[in-house]
Amino acid sequence: MIKTDIIIIGAGPVGLFTVFEAGLLKLKCHLIDALPIPGGQCAEIYPKKPIYDIPGYPSIQAAELIDKLMLQIKPFSPGFTLGETAETLEKSSEGQFIVKTTQGTSHMAPVVAIAGGLGVFTPRKPPIDNLSEFEDQHIHYIIKEPSFFTNKNIVISGGGDSALDWALFFAENFASSVKLIHRSDNFRAHNDSVQKALDYSKKGKIEIILNAEVNNIDKKSGLLVMGVKSKNNTTKVIKCDHWLPLFGLSPKIGPIGSWGLEIEKNAIKVNNATDYSTNVNGIYAIGDVNTYPGKLKLILCGFHEAAIMVQSAFKRIHPNKNNVLKYTTVTGIKGF
Amino acid sequence: MEIKVTVLDRRGNKKIISGPTDINLNLMELLKIHEYPVEGTCGGMALCASCHVYINSANSLPEISPSEKAMLDDNWDTKSNSRLACQIGINKDIHLLDIEIAPES
Repeated sequence: MIKTDIIIIGAGPVGLFTVFEAGLLKLKCHLIDALPIPGGQCAEIYPKKPIYDIPGYPSIQAAELIDKLMLQIKPFSPGFTLGETAETLEKSSEGQFIVKTTQGTSHMAPVVAIAGGLGVFTPRKPPIDNLSEFEDQHIHYIIKEPSFFTNKNIVISGGGDSALDWALFFAENFASSVKLIHRSDNFRAHNDSVQKALDYSKKGKIEIILNAEVNNIDKKSGLLVMGVKSKNNTTKVIKCDHWLPLFGLSPKIGPIGSWGLEIEKNAIKVNNATDYSTNVNGIYAIGDVNTYPGKLKLILCGFHEAAIMVQSAFKRIHPNKNNVLKYTTVTGIKGF
Repeated sequence: MEIKVTVLDRRGNKKIISGPTDINLNLMELLKIHEYPVEGTCGGMALCASCHVYINSANSLPEISPSEKAMLDDNWDTKSNSRLACQIGINKDIHLLDIEIAPES
């Protein structure tokens, strides 16, 4: 059981900055995120895009903002449970919240801050009816342990960075053979990766199949047998040990939708007049995941909400202590 | 100017919506204002396909950017008349546009 002062669900920019504001009040935080890396949308959707409305930065790349936030919160030693989705929430007999993830990791704290953005990033699955029969054993949407694919014949589908990066990685490591199937002849991955993949294709390290997609799957003699249909309507059969359909991730509100929180239009209703608290005492919602009259889904508004929220969390955790706002220019940063 | 757009939703309901041309809106935002279930996950950067629509009229539309093309190429419900609504500005050219909201990806 991981014990902390504030469980933060969502490690996007707002979740990360909450660690800083909480740290100033000597409150410890632990973050849970379904993605294997911190950063939320900034890391998953637009890492290379410049953001122009972060105060003090005329322009900053989304990935760079996350790097800087990670540096800023380092003194407060936050804990991370990454690559796991917060699934259940219950209350212990001592009135603490217990949040369990899909992988069974348990966390306990007197306060929960939901900074879940647009929701849990979940894999976009190809529209093939019997996918679920082969998931985990032969079909994988997220690669957690690359050595699992040692000496295996793998097929990767997709045209984005994730598909290309993993195709290159497995061509260099672990796998016996790598095939890359893409629906068009135009990749949206980084140019360097595309060029490298084309070079590998010439050298026979990756077989690239363009203008084609997997449209049916079956299993025979322990192998996945896939029907691959090309745009000119020819079909060929490919056999492999593992198929990695990497078509990106799209956010869904996920399990927090059934935690008894008041939801309006896919967002959690909060009290913006006071402290961004939800209808459940001790649970707050900040950033893109919340809604209130006049809500603006901006990173800078999420930062503001985090600062207000931790003041309320402090009073809840230490009802007998008085807290006076101190400026970092006066006190500096005293980490844990 | 107020332009009108005919929208066929995922349940097969057809409705005409309208929007102003002078506040720099795009079609994804207009659909959201009218409470259609387009997510606009990336905020309008052509980095997701959650505002995918089919165009059923012959209006003159902005050219498809490489980024929009790449997103549509990687989407299994893409047809020859597919566009990302976030890449279509609300201006006089799209008056009487006729669209259908694509299945959720």
